Amino acid sequence: MDHRFESTSTYIAGEDLAVAVNAAVALERPLLVKGEPGTGKTVLAEEIAQSVGLPLISWNVKSTTKASQGLYEYDAVARLRDSQLGSDKVHDISNYIVPGKLWEAFTAEGGAVLLIDEIDKADIEFPNDLLAELDRMEFHVYETGELVKAARRPIVVITSNNEKELPDAFLRRCFFHYIRFPDGATMASIVRAHFPELHKDLLNEALGMFFGVRDVPGLKKRPSTSELLDWIRLLVIEHVTPEMLEARTEKSEVPPFMGSLVKNEQDMDRLAQWVGSRGWSR
Amino acid sequence: MFLGLFQDLRAGGVPVTFTEFFAFLRAIRAGVAEHELESFYYLARCSLARDERYIDRFDRVFTAWFERLGEIEDPFALVPEEWFERDAMRFFTEEEKARIKELGGFEELMETLRKRLAEQREKHGGGAKWIGTGGRSPFGAGGYNPAGVRVGGEGGQRRAVKVWEKREFQDFDGDVELGTRQMKMALRRLRRFTREGAKDELDLDETITRTARNAGYLDIAHRAERRNRVKVLLLLDVGGSMDDHVRVVEQLFSAARTEFKHLETFYFHNCPYERMWRTNKNGREGLIDTAELLRTFNGDFRLVFVGDATMSPYEITQPGGSVEHWNKEAGAVWMQRILDHFERAVWINPEPDQWWQGTPSIQLMSKLMGGRMVPLTLAGLERATAVLRS
Repeated sequence: MDHRFESTSTYIAGEDLAVAVNAAVALERPLLVKGEPGTGKTVLAEEIAQSVGLPLISWNVKSTTKASQGLYEYDAVARLRDSQLGSDKVHDISNYIVPGKLWEAFTAEGGAVLLIDEIDKADIEFPNDLLAELDRMEFHVYETGELVKAARRPIVVITSNNEKELPDAFLRRCFFHYIRFPDGATMASIVRAHFPELHKDLLNEALGMFFGVRDVPGLKKRPSTSELLDWIRLLVIEHVTPEMLEARTEKSEVPPFMGSLVKNEQDMDRLAQWVGSRGWSR
Repeated sequence: MFLGLFQDLRAGGVPVTFTEFFAFLRAIRAGVAEHELESFYYLARCSLARDERYIDRFDRVFTAWFERLGEIEDPFALVPEEWFERDAMRFFTEEEKARIKELGGFEELMETLRKRLAEQREKHGGGAKWIGTGGRSPFGAGGYNPAGVRVGGEGGQRRAVKVWEKREFQDFDGDVELGTRQMKMALRRLRRFTREGAKDELDLDETITRTARNAGYLDIAHRAERRNRVKVLLLLDVGGSMDDHVRVVEQLFSAARTEFKHLETFYFHNCPYERMWRTNKNGREGLIDTAELLRTFNGDFRLVFVGDATMSPYEITQPGGSVEHWNKEAGAVWMQRILDHFERAVWINPEPDQWWQGTPSIQLMSKLMGGRMVPLTLAGLERATAVLRS
């Protein structure tokens, strides 16, 4: 294999993730990545693209996204309008075929990394509608009879937040990786990758508080890696010292800039109440 | 030799098919794992376990398969030397080392192990001679011979516990979740589309008709987008035996949430009386009078009860029958009021339906529901959606 995916200076990938990525790249099969929100699923695609040196094409799926939109769309209204205006374009139907993200990825010069982000957001049948296209990496444009075929199969990364279960037939065609929530040591190296200058004591205090917040039972949304990084950025900007964090811990107070760790009001109340009554477990 | 793993996985409840298996073989040939044991495990995992809830089962099967692999073929070729020598020696206490001498020293011990492995052809547990788990023989795992030598399995030797034996994905396994996709598909049938709101979607048929009438000049017609307007009121029995079931049902409905326009959830205990509550997280919060509930939600809500309806019949038929408080009016009266208000209602009962006959309260409740009680199975849900759609 010409490229091996490994941890980079800004992205810490475990051995298991690296193997999964390399398998997906070598076999040109899609890689399905699941895990808690904020554990770096989307960023992974960017990192893969960078490490193999190919452009990244992201397709962000929404609840209204249809599978066919990834292939192409036929803009019938524009054609109708042009016909009224007597435009010459109207005689060629291909002027009104708008390529989608899959098409873009298939025809990208020298290949591409295609990210299908949050596939579980779409309709429950969405993944099934893409099976044949992802399998054979080709599809027909019915309006023109053209066959769009990938010259070089793109590396496909698919992420899911587990909102909906994905169909078995779809899962069978993917390599699967579940990003576990990082443990303390891994988290420390992730933070260090982003803030190389960060003081050791501040890192320790901040991580202590962060994992403390995650341990509070009954939170609707527990903070994850991306929230931690935002929070530490704030701590750095505001020159918070480790001593200040320590003092808060000892007095059983909520963390500073708590709003970047917990995002909704009930969770804030819950956190304040829990910490106030029990203190920080260390 | 990998075919054995494939068969074991299938037998061990990991749904794996040839599609995945061939991809796994091709990945090995492509050199992804590069002859490192750990990479090999990760590769097998990412290609053969297609969901996090199967990973724990995968780990268990992999462990067993890997151990057996060691027993049948020459284990010394597969098991790293240091498992037996460096590490093992380092972890023995002085006392234990003395005992090892009793058995003829470490070399002797290893020689015996070699012989036993050669003699033994199948997996073994217990006993005092053969290699396996939980025995008193010096060989195998989890035993209590101080001079014991571990062959796989959990042991005190940190180095030897492999990733797949850590079983980090234990929490993700859950048979309950199996098949919910089908159930969600069944719930999906509840959808009922109507067009409402702003007219912003092109009505192609109407446009063609109008354009034709307009002698070929374009006359574009718009219409409102189709929207789902099914409203569901979910009343859940909580407390005691019902809690596990309720969680499943809650997940089921909230996962299908996008299929409904409104989904409202309230809780009761055993039988609905004059009050219900809105949240069940930290004690009962958001008490609401049932009468108020009937005023708030109009009759076009689809009503779904979830409960085992297993209680003393008095709790349904008698005023004051409730086990928790003094209810002025009997549960049956409230049930009747609720059912009069909501035309389309159904009761989902997680108890297996062959038991229903033997439980008087289930019979009572089913009668009150006019027979619209269904079990929590795919078929039951399908019947429920049929009732709710009518």
